[in-house]
Amino acid sequence: MTIEPLKLVSSRTLVLTSSNIDTDQIMPAKFLSMTTQNGLGVHVFSNLRYTDDGTLTNHELNSVSGKTCKILVAGDNFGCGSSREHAPWGLTDYGFRVIISSSIADIFKANALKNGLLPVTINIDVHEWLLRNPGVYVTVNLETCLVELPSGMGSHSFEIDSFSRYCLLEGLDEMGYLLAQSDQISEFEDR
Amino acid sequence: MRKTLFDKVWLKHVVVPETETHPATIFIDLHLIHEVTSPQAFTLLSNRGLGVRRPDLTLATIDHSTPTLVNHDGSRPYVSDEARIQVETLLKNTKKFGIETHGWDSEYRGIVHVMGPELGATHPGATIVCGDSHTSTHGAFGAIAFGIGTTQVGHVLANQCILMKKPKTMAINVNGKLNRGVTPKDVILHIISLIGIGGGTGYAIEYRGNVFEEMSMDGRMTVCNMSIEAGARCGMIAPDAVTFEFLKNRKYTPPNYENSCAEWLSLSTDEGALFDKEVNIEADMIKPMVTYGTHPGMGIPIDSFIPKSNNSAEKDSLNYMQINEGDKILGIKVDKVFIGSCTNSRMDDLRAAASVFNKKKIASHVKALVVPGSAQIKALAEKEGLDKIFMDAGAEWREAGCSMCLGMNGDIGLPGELIVSTSNRNFMGRQGPGVRTILASPETAASTAIAGILEDPRNSKKIK
Repeated sequence: MTIEPLKLVSSRTLVLTSSNIDTDQIMPAKFLSMTTQNGLGVHVFSNLRYTDDGTLTNHELNSVSGKTCKILVAGDNFGCGSSREHAPWGLTDYGFRVIISSSIADIFKANALKNGLLPVTINIDVHEWLLRNPGVYVTVNLETCLVELPSGMGSHSFEIDSFSRYCLLEGLDEMGYLLAQSDQISEFEDR
Repeated sequence: MRKTLFDKVWLKHVVVPETETHPATIFIDLHLIHEVTSPQAFTLLSNRGLGVRRPDLTLATIDHSTPTLVNHDGSRPYVSDEARIQVETLLKNTKKFGIETHGWDSEYRGIVHVMGPELGATHPGATIVCGDSHTSTHGAFGAIAFGIGTTQVGHVLANQCILMKKPKTMAINVNGKLNRGVTPKDVILHIISLIGIGGGTGYAIEYRGNVFEEMSMDGRMTVCNMSIEAGARCGMIAPDAVTFEFLKNRKYTPPNYENSCAEWLSLSTDEGALFDKEVNIEADMIKPMVTYGTHPGMGIPIDSFIPKSNNSAEKDSLNYMQINEGDKILGIKVDKVFIGSCTNSRMDDLRAAASVFNKKKIASHVKALVVPGSAQIKALAEKEGLDKIFMDAGAEWREAGCSMCLGMNGDIGLPGELIVSTSNRNFMGRQGPGVRTILASPETAASTAIAGILEDPRNSKKIK
C-alpha cells in the first residue's frame, strides 16, 4: 500500500502562534466516535473555526486562502496529549502536508509520519521569524532537508530520521517493511 | 556495560536491531485495544487481507465511548449512534479474530489501564502498547509501555512488532519524606510543573528514589500514567516486593511465579548506570498540587497564588480559566467534581475520597461524579461500602469507564463550568466545550466537593 509521496512542498504558511497546541484542540474527542478515517478535515481545530451554534468564525482556517495553505506553522510543543491519529488525519484531510514548529510531541510526530504529513522541527530563530510573518511563501524540500524562506531569509536545514524520510519520499508505509520481517519475528517468538 | 531498567527491557525485545538508517523492530508482549483507536486498524487489516498474528497476546475492552449509566430496562444510554456502533464494531472485530474481550458481560471490564494490571496481564519486563497515550501507566510494573496511533495498532495486530528508535532515558529521583496531605498525584503534578509539559519529549522516564519505593502500586500507576503529560511516552518504576505482591494470584499471573519474580528483580537499573538526563527532587518540597491553566504543566501548590504569565499562550490560558495573576486559587467556586479516570480511579483513590466524604454532604450547588476504573473496583468498593458513603454524601456512583476525563460518552460539563477533576488533562474544552478544569488528587477533589470551593485537603482531619 502506498501513501502520496512527499518530496517538495511550496505554499503560503498558515500560522497558529499558541504553544502546546494539544490533540484535543486539533481534534476534539466528540469526533473520535467514527469508525472510518476520512472527512475529518471539517472538524480540525473545530473550537477555533465554529461558534457554539455551529456557524463559521472568521478564523483564517475558514478562509479560501487558508484552505490553500499546505504548511502549518505552530507554536512550541505542537501535538502534545492524546495518541489519537484522528489529529493528523484531520490535518491532512484539511490539506496540510507539513507542520513546522520548534518542537513536536513524540506520538503526534510518529502518527504524522505514517500519514504523509511531514513534521519539521526547526531552530528557534527561524521558528520565531515564521511565527511573526504569517502567510509567507515557504518551500520545504525533503530531498535536501531544507526549509527555504522568502526575501533573503535563506535556507535552513532540519533533521528527520532517514527511514521516515525514505518512506515519505517513496510514498511507502511501514506495514510492508514489517511484513517482510515475518521470518525474523517467528525466530524471535521461538526463542 | 551498566544498564538502566529501560535498556534491559528494550534489549530483551529487539527482533531486528536499530541501524543508522533503520529503526529497531521491537516485539510486543501485550497489545491492549479498545473501541476508539482500533476500528480503522482492523479496516486496514481487512483491506490488505491480513490477520491478527498473535490474538493470544491481545486483550480488548470497551471504556471510552461507554455510558456510565444504565437505563431502567437494562439498556445503555449511548451518547450517539456512532458511539454505540463503535462499541459494536470492536466486539465484532475481536470476535472475528479470536481476541479475548472484556465487554459488558465481563467481570473484568474497565478502563484499559486499570483492567490490564487487575488481570495480572501487565508483567514486569514486558513491552506493552495500546492506542492510548496513558499506556505509560503500565510502566509502574517495570514494563516498557507506551501509547501508539491507529496505524501502529494495525502494525502490531498484523506483526506483533513495532518500528521504533530507542528513546533517551531520564531519571527522576525523588527522595526524602513526603509532607502531610501529599499524594502520588501531587508528586507527579509537581514533577510536570518542574520539567514542563514538553520536558520529557524524546525520553523514557524512570522514577527512582525512596518516595516511589514506598508507594503502593495504585500510587505508582498514578505517577507513571501522567508521564505523557510531561511529553514522555513511557515512565517506569523498577519492580520490587510491592509489585510482586500485587501480581500474586491474578488471572494472568505467570505459572512459574517465584522464578519470574527472581528474573524481574534483576531488571533494576545497575548501580552507576548512566541516564541521558537526571532530575533530583527533595520530597519535602512537594505540597498538595492543583493546576491553574490549560495544560498539566501549569501546576502550583494549592495554597499559592496564580503566577505571572510568561507569554501570550499563558495569558490566553488564564483568560480561558477566568482567573487572574496574583489571585489565590483556593476558594474559587466549583460546579462539578469528577473522581475517576485511568489516573485516579483505583481502590487507593476511592478509599481516600471516601474517608474525606465520610458522613459529610457535598455542597448543594456541586454535582459530584465518582466513576470506578473497572467492574472489579466497583465490586470491591461496594463490598467495602464506599458506594454508600459517596451516595450518602450526595455524589453519583457510576458504572466503570473513562467518563468525564474526556467526555466521549457524554459525561461532560456545561460551557463555563469549573470542574475539579482527578483525571490527567486540563486542556481547553477537554471536559466539554468551554469547560474549565482543575486537576487535583482524590483527597483535594473530595474536600472541594464538600466545601463547594477549591479546598485545601489538609483542612480535613482524615488526611494523613
